[in-house]
Amino acid sequence: MDKRKRNLILNGLAVAALFGVLLAFDQFGTNYQVRILNNMAIFITLAVSYNLVNGICGILHLGPNAFITVGAYTSALLTLSPAEKQMTFIIEPLIWPLSVMQAPFVVSLLAGGILATIFAFLISFPVFRVRGDYLAIVTLGFGEVVRVLCNAFQSVTNGPLGLKGLHPHTNLWWSWGIAVLTIVLVTKLVNSSFGRAMKAIREDETAARAMGIDPFKQLLLAFLISAFFSGVAGGLLAHLITTISPTLFTFFLTFNLLMMIVVGGLGSTTGAVLGAALFAWGGEALRIVESPIDLGFFTIPGIPGMRMVVFSLLLMIVIIFARRGLMGRNELSWDGLMGKLKVMAR
Amino acid sequence: MQQIINGISLGSLYALVAIGYTMVYGILRLINFAHGDLLMFAAYAAIYGMTLFALPWTLSFPLAVLLTGVMGILLDRAAYKPLRDAPRISLLISAIGASFLLENLALVMLGGVPKGFPRPEVFAKVIEVLGVRVQVLTIYTPLVTLVLLLGLLFIIYRTKVGMAMRAASRDFETTRLMGINLDRIIGITFLLGSMLAAAGGIMWAMKYPQVNPFMGVFPGLKAFIAAVLGGIGNILGAVVGGFLLGLGEILIVALVPGLAQYRDALAFFVLILVLLFRPTGLMGEPIIDKS
Repeated sequence: MDKRKRNLILNGLAVAALFGVLLAFDQFGTNYQVRILNNMAIFITLAVSYNLVNGICGILHLGPNAFITVGAYTSALLTLSPAEKQMTFIIEPLIWPLSVMQAPFVVSLLAGGILATIFAFLISFPVFRVRGDYLAIVTLGFGEVVRVLCNAFQSVTNGPLGLKGLHPHTNLWWSWGIAVLTIVLVTKLVNSSFGRAMKAIREDETAARAMGIDPFKQLLLAFLISAFFSGVAGGLLAHLITTISPTLFTFFLTFNLLMMIVVGGLGSTTGAVLGAALFAWGGEALRIVESPIDLGFFTIPGIPGMRMVVFSLLLMIVIIFARRGLMGRNELSWDGLMGKLKVMAR
Repeated sequence: MQQIINGISLGSLYALVAIGYTMVYGILRLINFAHGDLLMFAAYAAIYGMTLFALPWTLSFPLAVLLTGVMGILLDRAAYKPLRDAPRISLLISAIGASFLLENLALVMLGGVPKGFPRPEVFAKVIEVLGVRVQVLTIYTPLVTLVLLLGLLFIIYRTKVGMAMRAASRDFETTRLMGINLDRIIGITFLLGSMLAAAGGIMWAMKYPQVNPFMGVFPGLKAFIAAVLGGIGNILGAVVGGFLLGLGEILIVALVPGLAQYRDALAFFVLILVLLFRPTGLMGEPIIDKS
């Protein structure tokens, strides 16, 4: 059988299997399980799009929380009805065009993504003038600036109070649908000539430039696409949690994303997916270390915050001892899997 | 006038912390994200020295500074040394991880409730200088900074170790070929940088007597910006940058009170402008890529 055809069929089967699993959880799963699955899908979207910049292009960008914030606020402001907005904005009323606008969920998600992209475009000029550590700090700076602005512009974001009472539009179908879409599009991009150019820049920017690649154009492309999906995921996140405030989108969020893609393997899309899934699941599983453990004769008191200690230790251990993470720069692919199976069958 | 004194005082704190950043960056080309957390560590060490062990501040402060210096060396050995030959991005990620680890360890072990800093009487007095009433601390801070800075400059420009440090920041390989134990030099760099950060941290804690596990984040970031503003890798530049940033922050808020909310964003704005128009900073030399 033709390899392409086989892969297409297998991909179709995998999506169908995912659909079945989701259907099962949608029908019979507890709220808690559905919540974790939703988180997982949003993290996957975020990690895959983040990995496009950090892993594939090899630049350390520390401001995805800015895009997520822009996406979350845009989409939240669009789905709330004018009456609800009037109730929420008690200190300063919402400025005019936003106060009367209302849009369906899909439109609001798209708008979140587009606005995040526009924001990314605006900051790209200062960001890509520098490389390496400076780029990391500048993007970190933009993330902080966005948070400060969210606190300050009360007539748009309701300041530190945040937005409350969003409709819980996000369900398994939306979150996983977008996650699958992101994976497919990012994979297509990475395997295209654009993706090869990005990887060339990662390996050696000077050499890539000598080959006629314009680094600014390629990096900008990756940056904008990454921002778009981060924005959409921000919208999903807002409608999952139903309450957003600036404290939700601190550098902490970026740190978590960074951890997912480092553990998964910088530069591997499937690695990012694995990292995100592990994080969503592991974050819940690790609640054990925070809750009291009863040993019968005496109880170890739960230590809140212990999870973050474990996470940051894990990040350091992975980066020091296993820099390639779970996947390195390799991808899980049907070709690879079939090859393994054939070897085993022999 | 009052504001200028405050600005100089804040600026000298930024300068103290910025020196540590700039020294480490000069040698390792690494932004030591955990540097700000060393400041937090020093503040806690000083508190526990005074409350738990009932030491007088004259003993507790130097001890805290020393402990932080040792902590800086440990940080380097644990988080950065295994990655000497790794790509820079790995080093940076390790630094971010170390920073989060320190913060959260402090959170778990010491609790998230802010602790008051028992300010010694000597520093809390209010005196009148040039017609304005200021806390003694506000005057002492720049003086202490000046003394420490002179000491540091002496070490760097008049001793053998300092010469080795300057050589290492020029060219790693050649320095190694000259028979210099680089790990020792890097260790000393971390020791000195961390001790300065500790001095800054203790004075910071006396200025804003609220000690919590995340107190080091903002001073750290701003001190880094000060270092970039002055030209990273350049010690005098870090000092100048620190003073400029401190004065700028205080004066802008004093002159245009409406901007107070944006104070924290201002520093990043400055950073972006510097990187756009003069990436090497005010006093920096062209950046040599040591890869």
